[in-house]
Amino acid sequence: MSIFVDDDTRVVVQGITGGEGKFHTEQMLEYGTNVVAGAVPGKGGQEVAGVPVYDTVDEAVDAEDADASVVFVPPSFAGDAVFEALDTDLDLVVAITEGIPTQDMAKVNKRLSEVDTRLLGPNCPGIITPGEAKLGILPGNIFESGDVGLVSRSGTLTYQVVSNLTERGIGQTTAIGIGGDPIIGTSFVDALEAFEADQDTKAVVMCGEIGGEDEEQAARYIAQNMDTPVAGFIAGRTAPPGKRMGHAGAIVSGSGTGTAESKIGALNDAGVPVGDTPNEVADHIEDFL
Amino acid sequence: MKLHEYQAKQVFADAGIPTPDSRLASTVEEVMDAVDEIGYPAAIKAQVHVGGRGKAGGIEIATSAEEAREAAESILGMDLKGYTVEKVLVEAGVDFENELYVGITMDRGEGEPVAMVSTEGGVDIESVAHDTPEKIAREHIDPAFGLHPYQARKVVFEAGIPKDVAMDVASILGTLYDLYESKDASEIEINPVMITSNREVVAADAVMNIDEDALFRQPELAEMEDEAAGDELEAKANEYGFDYVRLSGNVGIIGNGAGLVMTTLDLVDYYGGSPANFLDIGGGAKAERVTHALDMVFADENVDSVVFNIFGGITRGDEVAKGINEALAQFDEIPKPVVVRLAGTNAAEGMEILNEDLVQVEGTLEDAVQRAVKNAEEVTQ
Repeated sequence: MSIFVDDDTRVVVQGITGGEGKFHTEQMLEYGTNVVAGAVPGKGGQEVAGVPVYDTVDEAVDAEDADASVVFVPPSFAGDAVFEALDTDLDLVVAITEGIPTQDMAKVNKRLSEVDTRLLGPNCPGIITPGEAKLGILPGNIFESGDVGLVSRSGTLTYQVVSNLTERGIGQTTAIGIGGDPIIGTSFVDALEAFEADQDTKAVVMCGEIGGEDEEQAARYIAQNMDTPVAGFIAGRTAPPGKRMGHAGAIVSGSGTGTAESKIGALNDAGVPVGDTPNEVADHIEDFL
Repeated sequence: MKLHEYQAKQVFADAGIPTPDSRLASTVEEVMDAVDEIGYPAAIKAQVHVGGRGKAGGIEIATSAEEAREAAESILGMDLKGYTVEKVLVEAGVDFENELYVGITMDRGEGEPVAMVSTEGGVDIESVAHDTPEKIAREHIDPAFGLHPYQARKVVFEAGIPKDVAMDVASILGTLYDLYESKDASEIEINPVMITSNREVVAADAVMNIDEDALFRQPELAEMEDEAAGDELEAKANEYGFDYVRLSGNVGIIGNGAGLVMTTLDLVDYYGGSPANFLDIGGGAKAERVTHALDMVFADENVDSVVFNIFGGITRGDEVAKGINEALAQFDEIPKPVVVRLAGTNAAEGMEILNEDLVQVEGTLEDAVQRAVKNAEEVTQ
């Protein structure tokens, strides 16, 4: 089993004719994902890697019966691309683009509250259900099908932790990158809720980082609602206040909120062991299984 | 990106927010010319990106030419929390009765901007928010509609702003939101707004931070970016387009992806070392970028050892290995020992290319970090 995507998911790639869009469409197809259409304004009628391209997402969804989209559109147009996707009643939109202005995302976030679509990202590596489908840029070969769910704010950290799991023969139900920006669609809580409801997910890894209070909220959710055991990791213990550490969201405010200490404390209070190293996270998961 | 006070004040003044008469000066003579024009009392304010300038001696009030010269001499060139003061703003002193706070920022939890107003101006507003949050009135703003005038009035009345100036303060708040939105600010703030003895409302300070991701559509603000105000290496990193933060330790850290690089920093600390920097080469880096990254870290004289940690997704291990070889080929002797850990896409190909006479290779993140920490210890002993 899996959450959010499986081998029935039918995908439109927005920005499929660009360098990244084309390369990752090929990678997704190779992985077995049903990429059924591309959408690029003015490029309708073309084909990329055997996939038909349409001028609008609406046309693509109608013609190919798609239910998800992946956005590989440059940051200056990406907010608009997500709006376009949200206008077509898709189940899932995955925004890979890094560097979308925060105020554009605030407007997207507002629209999101008015529609029935799930948004993942932006600035995320995407989502993968090993052996079934991947939507995004994750390297498929490090994942293996199994019974651990993973949700993370960081792409490369996801790869690191997954490789620690896979090396020990621990596979994954679904791995989700929720993105490192201040305003994102799907939160830790949303992902945890879905993993809790999934019969096949026996344990969950949650990788957070400094900035914001999403991890603290997740900790409260875990304490109150989850039977599935969770192990955590928090990046940025050594980050100095006031500096942006790569991710737009990874900034510790001067007033002390959003620190690694506060997040680790909240998770520990919720009964979630937090590894000092990615390898220790895998130790905790091994203990749960 | 932070604007200096004088830059933010210019933006505010252009939008019609009342600000005191002021001049920018970078020499004592320019300060003296400015006070001649403005008159006394005059505030002489260091233009550096640090909070609490006043307490640190970066703001002086002069009531005579003698005091102005003394203040100019003491502030220009002074070291303010690690920054050298190269410019001061000379500003007409305001005879005030009250000091207020108004600001707008993104409430990331709600995913909406929030306007804040308080009668507790002229002080550290973060302490007010922490100790007496009830003294700050807040109003969330629907980003699709913007700040309605009734909302501006509501939050100003709720904050208890004196009635005779409430409408003026609400009007300033409205203008601030227009600027926040049109200029892609991440934070915009006036602390304090001064109410003069004539019951006029004046912006005595100005804070404006711009969303760096939106600079592509704010060319006039991007030009204001004062690279000299930051660290020299950070300015260089900006030029290369790296996410880079200089830290105080001696283990140089290069990796791909913010979360993994932060984790590498944390592990250096965990294994008893101290990180010298955060450097994220980003996704899909080609060989040349990797060479620039190594050159940058070697250019930091605090660095005693380097750890290179790559987990390829978009980034390819063979490209990274090529870049490392090229960077190190420039040297007769490698300046500092370099430990490399490559995993993910094309890591095996990378390992084959990598010149192991020049670098130390480790198979896991933990081993690589421990070795780099040990290398740094050996240098310092």
